[in-house]
Amino acid sequence: MGETVLMKGNEALAKAAILAGCDGYFGYPITPQSEILEYISRELPKAGGVMIQAESELAAINMVYGAAGAGARVMTSSSSPGISLMQEGISYLASAELPCLVVNVNRGGPGLGTIQPSQSDYFQATRGGGHGDYRTIVLAPASVQEMADFTYLAFDLADKYRMPVMILADGALGQMMEKVTFPDYDPDEHKLPKPWATVGKPPDRERNIITSLYIEPEHMEEINLKLQQKYRQIEQEEVRWEEIETGDADIILVAFGLAARISRKVIELARESGLRVGLLQPVSLYPFPSPRLHQLASQAQLMLTVEMNAGQMVEDVRLAVAGQTRVEFYGRTGGMIPAPEEVWEYLNQLLENNTSGTGQPVARNMEGAQP
Amino acid sequence: MTQLESELKLKRDGYEVVYQRPHTLVDVPNRYCPGCGHSVVHRVLMEVVEEMNIQSETIGVAPVGCTVFAYDYLDVDMQGAAHGRATAVATGIKRMLPDKFVFTYQGDGDLAAIGTAETIHTANRGENILIIFINNGIYGMTGGQMAPTTILGATTSTSPAGRSLELHGHPLKITELIAQLPGAAYVTRQSVHKPGNVRKFKKALLKSLQLQRDKAGLCLIEVVSNCPSNWKMTPIESNRWMEENIMPEYPLGDLKVPSTKES
Repeated sequence: MGETVLMKGNEALAKAAILAGCDGYFGYPITPQSEILEYISRELPKAGGVMIQAESELAAINMVYGAAGAGARVMTSSSSPGISLMQEGISYLASAELPCLVVNVNRGGPGLGTIQPSQSDYFQATRGGGHGDYRTIVLAPASVQEMADFTYLAFDLADKYRMPVMILADGALGQMMEKVTFPDYDPDEHKLPKPWATVGKPPDRERNIITSLYIEPEHMEEINLKLQQKYRQIEQEEVRWEEIETGDADIILVAFGLAARISRKVIELARESGLRVGLLQPVSLYPFPSPRLHQLASQAQLMLTVEMNAGQMVEDVRLAVAGQTRVEFYGRTGGMIPAPEEVWEYLNQLLENNTSGTGQPVARNMEGAQP
Repeated sequence: MTQLESELKLKRDGYEVVYQRPHTLVDVPNRYCPGCGHSVVHRVLMEVVEEMNIQSETIGVAPVGCTVFAYDYLDVDMQGAAHGRATAVATGIKRMLPDKFVFTYQGDGDLAAIGTAETIHTANRGENILIIFINNGIYGMTGGQMAPTTILGATTSTSPAGRSLELHGHPLKITELIAQLPGAAYVTRQSVHKPGNVRKFKKALLKSLQLQRDKAGLCLIEVVSNCPSNWKMTPIESNRWMEENIMPEYPLGDLKVPSTKES
């Protein structure tokens, strides 16, 4: 293993990208992810890569498209409003089957919103986000170490499936400092040949064309079926999650990213009081760990999702659980981070009020507001 | 019979081939309307690619517009780009493959309306690419709507009473704007409506690609062109109308040439 250092999440991700053999980075400044492009602009050229600060997120994602189409290992990063601007390009990348890494260091919205951390881009990230039927693999780190680890993984998955892969981190993960170890990773052993890339047509092959335009509906349907087949394969092979103390748990928290770390503390509080509480932490938000949640639902009297949004992942949990058990939601919005104690308090209220839940997401919008 | 087979047969039969389709142009019928300038521009571009022997080093970008299917005709590696984003896509390609030849092929709506920011910033960065800019003052593919370059008074489906200064503003002379930027090395306005103009256009293409080889900066060739279908004219009428009405607004000629020292 490589060195262990104390680093900001954004910088750890940027360093990992360079160590993963990133050839090109195209981005635009936005809080709370600007450290990524600052680090990359300083360090990537030393490693032989190219960093361009684009005139907009629109331009940045389309530079990614061109560079990915030229066969390079490339990425961009932004935060929520900027990611919204990139959605057109991500749709084109998905359709043209171009590999790339898109990092969203999620801040609170809607609109210009706040620069404080949020998980409110869950729907946008896990449903594709732009127009048309497509998905991107979405990885949700919960530590600075995972900000680095998932960067290598994201590049490899992007190459393997020829698609954009998103890292969805919240602003806190980008800004906080933790120790991080960079693994030994030789990009040359991981980068795959790209015979489809537009690098200039030698006399002995047909020209390569990268496009997302299929004007005949029969052809467009074929392309869609091919993409869907790829997504079914990903749902079989690339589901990632972690479990904490689920073995004996009859109450299961479901949370990702920073909310999962908060939930681990809730488990401690609950276990001290003798409650058997566990955690399922989705690591891949798409593909979602639905089969495992479905299994766990049979042993749980209650599942509580904890999110930094108004109730988005809870919909996927309900779909996975399919009515087997009670599913509730606790969330804070607008850049507010829930404290373990308030989640614990809410859990106790739910247990006291043992009637079935309303099925409606409940969010506390202000400090002290009652659900 | 393939093109090569027919050439060989002609030679066997004692004929000399004096004029033919460039081998870099795919041997299929194109979808362009009769009399449209696109097919001439395609052909001349591919002649230059063949003559410079750079087919294996050339990558093109075709964004949205009538030439969205340009890759069906141009036998080089190509990328289709989102509307307005051709020069951003070309930037990505060129920065990864700095020694290859990269061109975009854009219409007036693509380059001068939805893609204005990308156009200006690509030029300002001095990207070593060639932009071929077809200016026919109309959105051809969507059926004849007003373009940013439509001249005042011209009737289109979205300016049924003619382009009005008060309502729509001035026609955008984006090529003149680009020529002001230090990153642009060679900016010229050409046409392909007469044989002499086709020859001048071809010279401009050759010059641009040589400048790209020298990494001199951005080259932009605007081609003032026609759209007989959406102008609702015969090809001959459209060329005459273009000469009489459009060329006074968009005069042909070089807007910026590299100094002798640079070139």
